[in-house]
Amino acid sequence: MSSRRSSAGAPHPIVKLLVQRVALGVVTLCVVSVVIFAATQALPGNAAVAILGHSATPPALHALERQLHLNRSVFAQYGAWISGIVSGHPGTSLVNGMPVWSIVSPAAANSAVLVGLSGVIGSVVGVTLGAVVALRKDSVLDHTSSLLALAVTALPEFVVAIAMIILFATVVWDVLPAVSMVPPGTQAWAEPRELVLPVATLVIVIVPYIFRMTRAATVEALASDYAEMARLKGLPTWRVLAVHALPNAIAPVVQVIGLSFLYLAGGIVVVEFVFAFPGIGSSLVSAVSDRDVPTIQIIVLVLAGFYVFVNIVSDVVALLATPRRRLPR
Amino acid sequence: MVTVNGSGSPRPTVRRRRAWAVILLRAASLPRGRFGLAVGGVVVATAVFGPFLAPHSSTASIVAPFALPSGSALLGGDELGRDVVSRVLDGGWVLLAMAAAATALGVAIGSASGIAAAYLRGRWDTIIMRTVDVVLAFPQLVFALLLVSILGPTVWLTVLAVGFSHAPQVARVMRSAALDVSERDFVKAVELLGVRRRKIMAKEILPNLISPLMVESGLRMTYSIVIIAGLSFLGFGQAPPAPNWGTMINENRIGLVLNPWAVIVPAALIALLTIGINTWTDAVARIAIGLDREAETATLLEMPAVTGER
Repeated sequence: MSSRRSSAGAPHPIVKLLVQRVALGVVTLCVVSVVIFAATQALPGNAAVAILGHSATPPALHALERQLHLNRSVFAQYGAWISGIVSGHPGTSLVNGMPVWSIVSPAAANSAVLVGLSGVIGSVVGVTLGAVVALRKDSVLDHTSSLLALAVTALPEFVVAIAMIILFATVVWDVLPAVSMVPPGTQAWAEPRELVLPVATLVIVIVPYIFRMTRAATVEALASDYAEMARLKGLPTWRVLAVHALPNAIAPVVQVIGLSFLYLAGGIVVVEFVFAFPGIGSSLVSAVSDRDVPTIQIIVLVLAGFYVFVNIVSDVVALLATPRRRLPR
Repeated sequence: MVTVNGSGSPRPTVRRRRAWAVILLRAASLPRGRFGLAVGGVVVATAVFGPFLAPHSSTASIVAPFALPSGSALLGGDELGRDVVSRVLDGGWVLLAMAAAATALGVAIGSASGIAAAYLRGRWDTIIMRTVDVVLAFPQLVFALLLVSILGPTVWLTVLAVGFSHAPQVARVMRSAALDVSERDFVKAVELLGVRRRKIMAKEILPNLISPLMVESGLRMTYSIVIIAGLSFLGFGQAPPAPNWGTMINENRIGLVLNPWAVIVPAALIALLTIGINTWTDAVARIAIGLDREAETATLLEMPAVTGER
């Protein structure tokens, strides 16, 4: 890096990093869009036949070919597709002829609520549990919780979701709705009861990883000299933990929370399907069953965009949380 | 830090033989290793021997839909009145075989590209790792769904899609482990002898990466099961009426109140299988790469997969 001993006019390292990451993110998204396009449309063979099946009538095939621009060259097809996305008109659904964006954007808003709530609740629960257990290192609680975390980590999210339905919505206690009855067009947050089980499922799935990382990072910080010093000065345990240990354990924890948000982007697919939650994940599943290519393309692109965004945010936050890496090198 | 062996042995040829067997035996002596083997073993045995033990045909209707357990159908009937016991016994082996094949494929592609990136460096490293970054910009299940949406839900195409979606994660781990080995003196020595690069990677570097390779294989097996069972659950698995634990959960959940066993048993088997394999992999990781509870953060970030990044 050339910023060593640079003049006062040089950008702050954080700004520089941010610019670098955003540029890299934009490049990644461009490549991703090519991959999505190549995988869905430019495959060898005719996509129109693949979508409509071999029994389709020639007029139907021609209509679809025109709609997907299949009668042009691959590059022209990609150009038409990407310029449609950039201008905000990414085509119409092959199933009902509605503009894709009018299907995807309300679903994306619902999913954002689901991911946001689960991510925040999961982070708070995971960090709290991790810090509490770190204080009781090597106790029975410590060993039991780490084994439990190991087991829960391995569970597929649909098994957790089914267990939640069996426990709280059907067989054992029938207290919560098993299926979201959110009418199309209404927002998810208008029906809080419908959100309980999907959010609980996603929280259970992400907590173990955040918990393990917080526990490990806090144990390491508590074992350090400065924490020892603070204890020797006679500070109460909670103060050593909150003021001395946790701030130094925060960088790896932030990274893990970032990874959990990334994980949620994939996890919502199955969880929304189980609870029939009207989000982007269940839309993707039905689009894949219907071979609704324009909708699949946009949803996958939105999810990839979310991935790139979370990566940038968690890199920058982790850097901000590590004071010694904040200075110009 | 992923160390290849604890003591940094300078004589790789001695260690090369049966290093994996030593790791397996020592992992099996850990309590959690034994637990994982026992739990996973029971489910694998159910899947493998089940088809020979099924009392009825798994596709014939013998009782009323969602009938409660009775003498002829010990776990009751499913949505079409088929015997749940027979479907459970019959519905694991394809899932297991697909998961094993996808894991083998993913670990093979991932290791080959990871080692190549680390050893060849330069242009190859850039090309391989940029490709990895692009594939990692998709959630794994979404990437598999994208491929399945076009290729169609055929068994072997699903295996290809899932295997391919594993490769980038494996490549990243193997690359970071191989970087260290590529710089060792014995590699330099073989290079001076004029051995071809492909042979160096296969015969000199790969045998020294057994530890991370074993851990990765275990983790990828867990995720293969999660993803393939998940795809079946979403309706993109084997075509009906083939029995499959993932499919069974989805097709029978509307009858959850009538006969919960048709859902609970396959869900429990999938849960026990993934818990068993993951616990076993954790034991292997403790032995092979020294996953240490005292210095866990470094390991967790180096090999995040150990704790569940998917």
